[in-house]
Amino acid sequence: MKNIQKLFPFLKPYWKPASASLLLLTAVVFMDLSIPRLVQRIIDDGIHAGNYQVVYETAAIMLGISITSTLFALGNNYLSILSGESVARDLREALFVRIQAFSYGNLDKLNTGQLMVRLSSDTTIVQRLTQVFLRIGTRAPLLMAGSLILMYSTDARLATVMLPILILSGILIVFFTAKMGPLFLTVQQKLDRLNSILQENIAGVRVVKAFVRDQRETERFESANQDFAARNIRVMQFMSAMTPSLTLMVNFGIVTVIWFGGIQAINAEITIGQLVAFINYLQTILGPLGIMVMLSNIIAAATASAQRINEVLDTVPEVADAPQAIAFPQSFGGIDRQKPRVEFENVGFHYNDGAVLEGINLRAQPGQTVAILGATGSGKSTLVNLIARFYDVTRGQVRIDGIDVRELSQSSLLAQIGIVPQETVLFSGTVRDNIRYGKTDAGDEEVVAAARAAQAHDFISKLPDGYETHVSQRGVNLSGGQKQRIAIARALLLRPAILILDDSTSAVDVETETKIHAALAEWGQNQRPTTIFMVAQRISTVLNADKIIVIDNGRITAEGTHAELIKTSPIYQEIFASQLGGTESEFARLRLAGQKPAPGRLA
Amino acid sequence: MSQQTSAQQQARAVIAARGPIRPTPIEKAANPRHTLARLLPYLAPYKARLLLVAVLILAITFLDLLGPYLMGQAIDRYIGSRELAGLVRVSLLMLLVYLSNNTFQAISSWTMAGVSQNALKDLRHDLFSHLQSLSLKFFDAHPAGEMMSRLTNDIEAVNQAISQNVIAMVGSLLSLVGFVVAMFVLNFWLALASVIVVPIMLWFTNFIARSTRKGFRDLQKSLGEINGVMEESISGQRVVKAFRRNEASIHIFQQVNQDVFKAGVYANTYAMMLMPLTNQLGNLFVIVLAGFGGWLALQGLVTVGIIATFMSYAHGFIQPLRQLANIYNAIQAALAGAERVFETIDTSPEMEDRPQAVRLEQVQGHVEFQNVDFAYEPGNPIIKKMSFEALPGQTIALVGPTGAGKTTLTNLLTRFYDIDGGAIRIDGHDLRDIRRADLRRQLGLVLQDTFMFADSVMENIRYGRLEASDEQVIEAARLADADHFIAQLPHGYQTLLSERASNLSQGQSQMLAIARAVLADPAILILDEATSSVDTRTEVRIQKALLKLMKGRTSFVIAHRLSTIRDADQVLVIQDGEIIERGKHQELLDQRGFFYQLYISQFKGQAI
Repeated sequence: MKNIQKLFPFLKPYWKPASASLLLLTAVVFMDLSIPRLVQRIIDDGIHAGNYQVVYETAAIMLGISITSTLFALGNNYLSILSGESVARDLREALFVRIQAFSYGNLDKLNTGQLMVRLSSDTTIVQRLTQVFLRIGTRAPLLMAGSLILMYSTDARLATVMLPILILSGILIVFFTAKMGPLFLTVQQKLDRLNSILQENIAGVRVVKAFVRDQRETERFESANQDFAARNIRVMQFMSAMTPSLTLMVNFGIVTVIWFGGIQAINAEITIGQLVAFINYLQTILGPLGIMVMLSNIIAAATASAQRINEVLDTVPEVADAPQAIAFPQSFGGIDRQKPRVEFENVGFHYNDGAVLEGINLRAQPGQTVAILGATGSGKSTLVNLIARFYDVTRGQVRIDGIDVRELSQSSLLAQIGIVPQETVLFSGTVRDNIRYGKTDAGDEEVVAAARAAQAHDFISKLPDGYETHVSQRGVNLSGGQKQRIAIARALLLRPAILILDDSTSAVDVETETKIHAALAEWGQNQRPTTIFMVAQRISTVLNADKIIVIDNGRITAEGTHAELIKTSPIYQEIFASQLGGTESEFARLRLAGQKPAPGRLA
Repeated sequence: MSQQTSAQQQARAVIAARGPIRPTPIEKAANPRHTLARLLPYLAPYKARLLLVAVLILAITFLDLLGPYLMGQAIDRYIGSRELAGLVRVSLLMLLVYLSNNTFQAISSWTMAGVSQNALKDLRHDLFSHLQSLSLKFFDAHPAGEMMSRLTNDIEAVNQAISQNVIAMVGSLLSLVGFVVAMFVLNFWLALASVIVVPIMLWFTNFIARSTRKGFRDLQKSLGEINGVMEESISGQRVVKAFRRNEASIHIFQQVNQDVFKAGVYANTYAMMLMPLTNQLGNLFVIVLAGFGGWLALQGLVTVGIIATFMSYAHGFIQPLRQLANIYNAIQAALAGAERVFETIDTSPEMEDRPQAVRLEQVQGHVEFQNVDFAYEPGNPIIKKMSFEALPGQTIALVGPTGAGKTTLTNLLTRFYDIDGGAIRIDGHDLRDIRRADLRRQLGLVLQDTFMFADSVMENIRYGRLEASDEQVIEAARLADADHFIAQLPHGYQTLLSERASNLSQGQSQMLAIARAVLADPAILILDEATSSVDTRTEVRIQKALLKLMKGRTSFVIAHRLSTIRDADQVLVIQDGEIIERGKHQELLDQRGFFYQLYISQFKGQAI
């Protein structure tokens, strides 16, 4: 409930249509409730009194009321939907904007699937709640209360006789309400299980087939299938008792009216018209009774959704600009500071579950290339992510050009940095759009130059529509290496002062990679070389780096050039050996034979 | 009866709302009669129960009519004539009628719950087990999302129809006919006046349904768009941020969001109009009865009791009218869903085993490809006239550029796909003459993209040989060098892997896949070597485990590593579906051909 309350501000801008809708609804209920009264008048004052005039007049009044109430009901329909849809739209936008502000740390905790659910189905459920409350959710209780009051005012004694039945109905509603939510939840759980088996089966179809496990898979599915069916049957059977028992209550009411009311009518204590009105009011209650149970269900669902929505809205971006954040100096100061120097001073970084980086001291001189080697999970990517301040350090400082990155506005910092992430993400649009992603106003020559440097121009030119070729969602119609090269071009186009390559040539062959590296050396802002950080797996990638650091378990275990490390670092030697086996002699032999390596394609 | 189903539908809607946004477009089956005929057998086992339900529905309809009639009688005959004993009698009779009516309702939906859910269970079972027999070609052509939708959404549509709508439809029609007949029997003129409501109602329903359909088509289109935008921008959030494109991304989102809003208001305004309108029509009905009925009463043509009976009928009369349109659409959707389900069930399974297929107990591992041709799609050959031979125990390295056909080659050997020409033989038996299950039992696969199930480590390894004991599983893990890291997992062999094994590293998954293959103990191995996703030191460990595994088995390795190529008995260099060079590593190098170039470019960096 508290979670739903927290979302009230989203309804606030629409208080006008919302309250107008409620007002119309109330009027509709009043008009609806007046009908049995008027029927009573026709019976008692018209038919029994033999008065045609009353019949005509009353019928005309009823018709007028009915037309008015129809118009009001249509108005309520439109306004309630308008309010609900507006709330949903604003909620979606608020969520989306909040997600846009998320830093990497926030994104690590909530994956795309979870966020999508919050944006789509959770907002829809809250929207449904809004709509329901602006119509049937208010109408049902109003109608019930109104009917009860009118029953009392028609004849208090008869209404009192009905009291036990009403109390019993109330108990039934509470009972079903309390039972139904949990029951549906268990069905949902069984269904989720069924679906996940299915999903797994389809995703792993090759393994299933290779091991001839269709029999076992079918058995596994069958047991979940049985479970689900059994649970569903139980819930539906439970439900099958609900509506009849609520209807029965109303039916009891009708019998009571006929019985006791009949006696009263025989004793001339009430009129037949009142009797009929009483029955009409009773039947008016029937619909809302069932709806009351459903309402609680909708509220339960909406509470869960509201909680998930609030979770996102309440998430504070882990990395935010400091209040007095400064913009990165556009040109790097005076004569001495032409190019940015990147320094790590005693940097430590922890995730919730433990240290990732510890005691990192590192200095990259302007224009240098720093290569980072290490096992999967050793902290390489995290280290480079600290430069762009995608995460904040737990300890120590990361400085660029002497300024702590936390003192800079992130936007001005990112403007200096080009990043090629480990997982290549391209967006739907043309190849050109993708390369221009970071700088939408870039001219054609710029785009081509960046593509050339990334060794992407040749293959792009061969695509059916060249630079205008449409990249489908997530870039599925390009090979891994091609996507990586487009991503490199995208980063190069910014002519960044600092370039971060996070294992971003893993799918590119060595020949091409070498060419890319050669081009990088010439790339940079105003023809000044770029400071490059590259995370790599292959020794071949890092051979020519100015500095290689080897990370093991979050610590720098070796630092130096290839020539130094091959002599001094056991881990480096191990990596080296693991990649080369014993081929040096072989290559030496080839080299002696004077063979120039010819370009070729990579497997 | 009718209120019951609407309550259940609302409950369903609440459940459905927990899933992703899914407006139901109104669609039709191409061949509804045929689909219906296919569905009926699923209900056949429950004939007796269905008969019971049918009888109950008849009884309920009759009792629905009887209740208000008795009420009218009570008013006219006993209250009007002050006959107390008769009043009590008729009251008791009414009580009995209502009680049995509601009991019958409960029994019929209770029964239907069992019938429908069991029938659906059978349908799901048939679909799933048939899915198991379909070829990879089928899975290639149908994305996972589509298959999921078939097993969930389509079946759910059928569920709605069987468990609620068919019954509701029959009930509604019966009550409608019953009410009309009863009204005409009771009073011709009043009935005639009442029936006026019907064409008005039908016109409204039709008009609203048409606008709703158009509205939902548009809404679905904009929802598709917004889902695309959200998906792309959220999954690419890190890049969006790195390139400072948040503002632009929000701007695009706002535009599609506004479209969804507009389409939503339009579609829902129409879709939800029916409910208030029918309420108002209910009022109109009462007004006609009171006004015209009052005039008739004054003429002495009708009694007050009859008017009261009619008013009571009004509540039951409007409801089925309103529901018919919805129910009709739901049944259409169900038939369309069922049609798709049956379409899948009717897809012919993976090539059937030949009747004379031989049983293969233990093979030597002698593999022969002879002039093999294969294309995934006609006209685009992937494998062309390929011939080679692997002797038992040999290691064959497959080398070549991406898309050359290496993986296809292994897919043909496992008979995931049937060849178009030539022959593949194992120990002299044509692959197509071997029972598929026997064939695959002889083959072990370790692929780059290992697949683990959301189950314990123990069960994942045991997948290789279901009857293996725990000790045998552990022994296999030890042989695969996986024992060490498994011991370090929080619960050792009982550690539960999360979906798609996201709590293991790629290298660890590889080790488990190898252990799985060790346990399966196949005569022929197919390996796809890992490339960049595993760091090189882990790779060395994997390599060692693989070498152990390969010992004594015929192995086909899609090779990325120099050492594998060097140690292979035969290297097949494949390009564009053809073997362009073959021989031992050194021989190939000496040829100074394509392999030599490939070798130089691929491994150049490894030489100093």
